Amino acid sequence: MQYSARYVVLFAVAVCAVCSVFVASSAVLLKERQDANKALDLQEKVLVVAGLMTPGEDIEDAEIRRRFEKSIEPHIVELATGTLVEDIDPAEFDQRKATSDPERSSLAPPNKAKVLRVPHDARVFHVVENGEIEKLIIPIEGKGLWSTLYGYLALDPDTRTIAGITFYQHGETPGLGGEVDNPRWKSLWPGRKAYDENWQPAITVVKGRAGPPEDDPYRVDGLSGATITSRGVSNLLAFWLGENGFGPYLANFRSQRGI
Amino acid sequence: MSKEREALLDPLVNNNPIGLQVLGICSALAVTTKVETALVMGAAVTAVTALSNVSVSSIRNYVPPSIRIIVQLTIIASLVIITDQVLKAFVYDVSKQLTVFVGLIITNCIVMGRAEAFAMQNPPKLSFIDGVGNALGYSLVLMIVAVLRELFGSGKLYGITILNPVNEGGWYEPNGLMLLAPAAFFLIGGFIWVVRSYKPEQVEEDFSVGALFESGHEVHLR
Repeated sequence: MQYSARYVVLFAVAVCAVCSVFVASSAVLLKERQDANKALDLQEKVLVVAGLMTPGEDIEDAEIRRRFEKSIEPHIVELATGTLVEDIDPAEFDQRKATSDPERSSLAPPNKAKVLRVPHDARVFHVVENGEIEKLIIPIEGKGLWSTLYGYLALDPDTRTIAGITFYQHGETPGLGGEVDNPRWKSLWPGRKAYDENWQPAITVVKGRAGPPEDDPYRVDGLSGATITSRGVSNLLAFWLGENGFGPYLANFRSQRGI
Repeated sequence: MSKEREALLDPLVNNNPIGLQVLGICSALAVTTKVETALVMGAAVTAVTALSNVSVSSIRNYVPPSIRIIVQLTIIASLVIITDQVLKAFVYDVSKQLTVFVGLIITNCIVMGRAEAFAMQNPPKLSFIDGVGNALGYSLVLMIVAVLRELFGSGKLYGITILNPVNEGGWYEPNGLMLLAPAAFFLIGGFIWVVRSYKPEQVEEDFSVGALFESGHEVHLR
């Protein structure tokens, strides 16, 4: 059967119109649920690194929200000065978007962690119990072997002792570099020291084994078979604990507390 | 066997899209390190293939042949976007692990292959069943591969520890190769081998020139 050009064009337009109605309505109708999922996902990650939830713990969504609201206070920090910014709503803040927005980020100086852009503002979390700050949580990211690792580091209020670390997104080789999210490896971190006596970032992941935290505070066991991922973790911690990362913020925090 | 039954069951073993037609291999490598992701991927492909077959089949008598492929593609792409949105809303964790591979269902040859080869010639109901059957054939292989990869690669099945791995204080040394893409190639190759040994009629004819000469076919060499 021969179709006229008019028919072909009209048919194509009709198909596109129908399809776009379906696509648009699915996006609009499901947006609220997707946003809720995203927020919940963030809360879960923060609770895990804060030690208020075990990874994979089977709890209700409402319980996650309750624990988060009870003990976690999000804050936005201006990285260069290390001061808290009050006019940005932390719940609305998207650090990855800020990092890729030229208006809200700048080029990072050359660094071993291969961080390319640093946002002007970043989101940190305070873990608060009975009005006292128990832990500080800062976001960390940097290159491993294949991929960018994204995670959080939790510090005690002395800003030196590590309380926990987690990597929630990466594309490292499963079984080798992918072990960065192995709970046994992460359990080696608490109690070790992020900074040395002169407040220089000191924590490194070594090749082979490190001693217990009391004797060997600045070193953590390497991931076997994953030298480059291990080195990546050292480098990204050095960057985010340093002066281009959260160094100024942590220094302010110390001086306010007279440390 | 009724037509519907045949459309549903034939693609499971006899005419399996991965085993016989060797389609959809790319995603079969990527999403089969865990049973959970393979299951969700299978469900997503089933939904897309079945719905695209129904949609294409119901407009098959009105589609101008000159633009039929692009019309099929538009329908499939829309269905994939909707599926992706639904996954993000209801199984957020799994959709994060599947990342781009949900979007890549668009390029899964099975979906478009069934739309063009079956749905363009058959009524909607039969096309729906054909879509479900083919996607289930695909999911079946995905599940077999995922069960083997997760069990031997990380000692688990659906996230439950079966073989306690050394890293977590057990005895099982996980086979790291199983978690890398080549393992899926070996397993799918093995699957095709097993099926074709069992059903020798699936073995393709030898199309090499020598074989054609021997068989007495007329060969035109240019």
